[in-house]
Amino acid sequence: MAESDVALQRPSELRHHFDDVVQQREASTLGMWAFLATEVLFFGGMFCAYTIYRSAYHGAFESTSQFMNVTIGGINTGVLICSSLTMALAVRAAQLGQKKPLIWLLILTLVLGGVFLGLKGVEYHEKYVEHHVPGPGFRYAEAQYAHQAELLFFLYFAMTGLHALHMIVGAGLITTLIVMAARNRFSAGWYTPVDMIGLYWHFVDIVWIFLFPLLYLIGHTK
Amino acid sequence: MSTTLPHPDLGVQTNYLTADYGWKSWLFTTDHKRIALLYLFSITAFFFVGGAFAVMMRINLLSPNGVFAHDTYNKLFTMHGVIMVFFFLVPSIPATLGNFLIPPMIGARDLAFPRINLLSWYIYIAGGVLALSAIVRGGVDTGWTFYAPFSSTYSNTHVILAAMGVFVAGFSSILTGLNFIITIHTMRAPGMYWSRLPLFVWGHYATALIQVLATPVLAITLFLLGLERVLHTGIFDPNLGGDPVLFQHLFWFYSHPAVYIMILPGMAVMSELIACFSRKAIFGYGFVAFSSVAIAVLGFLVWGHHLFVAGQSMYASMVFSFISFLVAVPSAIKVFNWTATMYQGSISYETPMLYAFGFIGLFTIGGLTGLFLATMAIDVHVTDTYFVIAHFHYVMVGGMVMAYLGGIHFWFPKISGRLYPESWAKFAALVIFVGFNLTFFPQFILGYLGMPRRYATYAEEFHVLNVMSTAGASILGFGYLIPMIYLAWAWRYGPKSPQNPWHAKGLEWEQSPTPPPTFNFIEPPIVTEPAYNYAGSDKEASLG
Amino acid sequence: MSHPVVPIKVYVAVFLALITLTVTTVGVSKLELGEFNFVAAMTIAVVKAMLVVLFFMHVKQASTMTKLFVVAGFFWMAILFVFTLSDYFSRGWLPGGKWW
Repeated sequence: MAESDVALQRPSELRHHFDDVVQQREASTLGMWAFLATEVLFFGGMFCAYTIYRSAYHGAFESTSQFMNVTIGGINTGVLICSSLTMALAVRAAQLGQKKPLIWLLILTLVLGGVFLGLKGVEYHEKYVEHHVPGPGFRYAEAQYAHQAELLFFLYFAMTGLHALHMIVGAGLITTLIVMAARNRFSAGWYTPVDMIGLYWHFVDIVWIFLFPLLYLIGHTK
Repeated sequence: MSTTLPHPDLGVQTNYLTADYGWKSWLFTTDHKRIALLYLFSITAFFFVGGAFAVMMRINLLSPNGVFAHDTYNKLFTMHGVIMVFFFLVPSIPATLGNFLIPPMIGARDLAFPRINLLSWYIYIAGGVLALSAIVRGGVDTGWTFYAPFSSTYSNTHVILAAMGVFVAGFSSILTGLNFIITIHTMRAPGMYWSRLPLFVWGHYATALIQVLATPVLAITLFLLGLERVLHTGIFDPNLGGDPVLFQHLFWFYSHPAVYIMILPGMAVMSELIACFSRKAIFGYGFVAFSSVAIAVLGFLVWGHHLFVAGQSMYASMVFSFISFLVAVPSAIKVFNWTATMYQGSISYETPMLYAFGFIGLFTIGGLTGLFLATMAIDVHVTDTYFVIAHFHYVMVGGMVMAYLGGIHFWFPKISGRLYPESWAKFAALVIFVGFNLTFFPQFILGYLGMPRRYATYAEEFHVLNVMSTAGASILGFGYLIPMIYLAWAWRYGPKSPQNPWHAKGLEWEQSPTPPPTFNFIEPPIVTEPAYNYAGSDKEASLG
Repeated sequence: MSHPVVPIKVYVAVFLALITLTVTTVGVSKLELGEFNFVAAMTIAVVKAMLVVLFFMHVKQASTMTKLFVVAGFFWMAILFVFTLSDYFSRGWLPGGKWW
């Protein structure tokens, strides 16, 4: 079998160190999942700290849980789930080489992400007005829980804040995808960035899927 | 026949060093070999910085009167630890030898993600700049372990800056590990089955698993520490309802596996050296490969042995202690297998093999003393003493650094295309061995007798042993300088190396030119024999 | 192709399942079930996460190695949780262990 019989077309998206696109794609997918595994452990550390303190201070936790806005939290959960749907459909559109649906679905995902962040901002503002932001301005009505409540609110802000930061990064990445798609960089043969950033976006959704019940739902005094 | 094309760059005329010139070709390279050299240069620089702090510490400990103010001494040991752990040892072998050798060893043209590889170096430099700024602005005095609430509430030093430096450097480690894992999974040449991989690759794979899975927890711990230092909400402060032990749990979840990051690559090098200089396949290849992964996995289940006296529950401590005993088993298996490899092998005493001998002896001592520490009843007496310091320096310096030097010498011809002066190298190895033992063996005794660690002064009864230790440190420091000099000299002026000066097996020696071209191979390799097939091609090693 | 094209109706079905589960978890949280509230909420969350992972993230069609990587991340987080919580859980078994 002479060398010239071998396919001489190395697709332009095929990077020089890979043998073929299948290998390249498998490497990209595994690489993104390895990165997401690091994110699981990153958030996991805070989930661990949170679990310990809410178990230890269940009285304070019950007291603070009345201030969690389940309505906003619930709507936000719905918003993120919608954005996951639009993202999955966007990846599918990329896979089929459908440029216009891809761009519109990415824009929709971005908008939904923006809605989430906007509602989060409303929530944070609520906390600010109630003096529940940890730091020098913190005040808590039930004095015997003051320290513990500040700790719990700190964890609330740290966890949701880190999540929001990841969403902002995701929004930036989606914007990049929109620009790239508009410039015809994607095709049915190569749409890896859409696929990979899709994975990232879904992961950020999964973090919220756990944050929502943990922070808003369990332990509510009803 | 492979379906890949020979890439147009795969000519014999140029190698990776001569392929392009100018600072841009280095600072914007995506060639894993050049990136390895970028790392080698920066890691060596940090070794000097960390070493300088060690020198100052040992000078201070020459006498109980000391030289530095106690607060200053606290900063010295902190910065020594931070630099040596995060900016020297953790990246050392993986980022230099691993980066350089993994692609040729598996028959690949580069790592899976070359641009991420370069990014990891820039991130490492950024972290280093942050850490150096913390030093320049007055240092940190919390110990490299950053224990709360001292670090979060009471220390008046640049904790956040140093923590940020470590946080950033952690991402460099994660990206390197991620790159290695994906490369080893997806880019092995035809015929390079997992069971044919050099043990160097297996060791780095296990290391990479730890880098990816453990480092993020350090990141979140330092993040929480930084927030606590600013907001004082009390997450780690008992006065405000927090738990300092929680910090320790989260910190050591990373930092214990991190010590396996700081030994597995050394063990990885060891397998290559011992096989080559015994002219024999590694005894029990499968066991050694499995042990690497076993150390990585078990290493995640033992962190509580750092919390025995911190207030951790007795029952949890017992579990951690027991598993700590277990994790010694795969390490022991490796030492036994290396020894069995040498048995009836054809041994030669070139410099890399001298370092390998040093490793086996010193790592064994360090590892065994680890078992003493894993025993709760003993740990209660020797924890936070010089016994612990001697233990981890035996494994990290007597083990890992020796392996690093052995590896640097072994692959120096491959990397530079030149030979180093063997007599000077042997001399340096002996000086280092003597200096090392004189520095650290007295510390076992000091710790056993009760001298606490992280103290600027000590009781008069410890004076003589401390003088011995400082004397040893000066010999050790001198020993480390010698290779710096002759290796730098040999890089420019050493005699040109033949293709395979050690007649070693392995794709990097047999099928990749010395030094390699940019894409490592002229012909894409196809693997048909197991690893370490020394008996297959050499004259009969022992039985003839 | 990395994976066969998933029909839109599969995605929509998963979406509807996720919304339904969200409504369910909010509803269940309003009931007084004691310790079981936590179990129920976490179970629903795990099911939702698995739906996202398997369908939206295409892990159902992915290689075995990919599936292993996915499991590994969560398994390692579980190690952190189980061992750390085992310390706190067993502190009270000896006097003076608990500070809370």
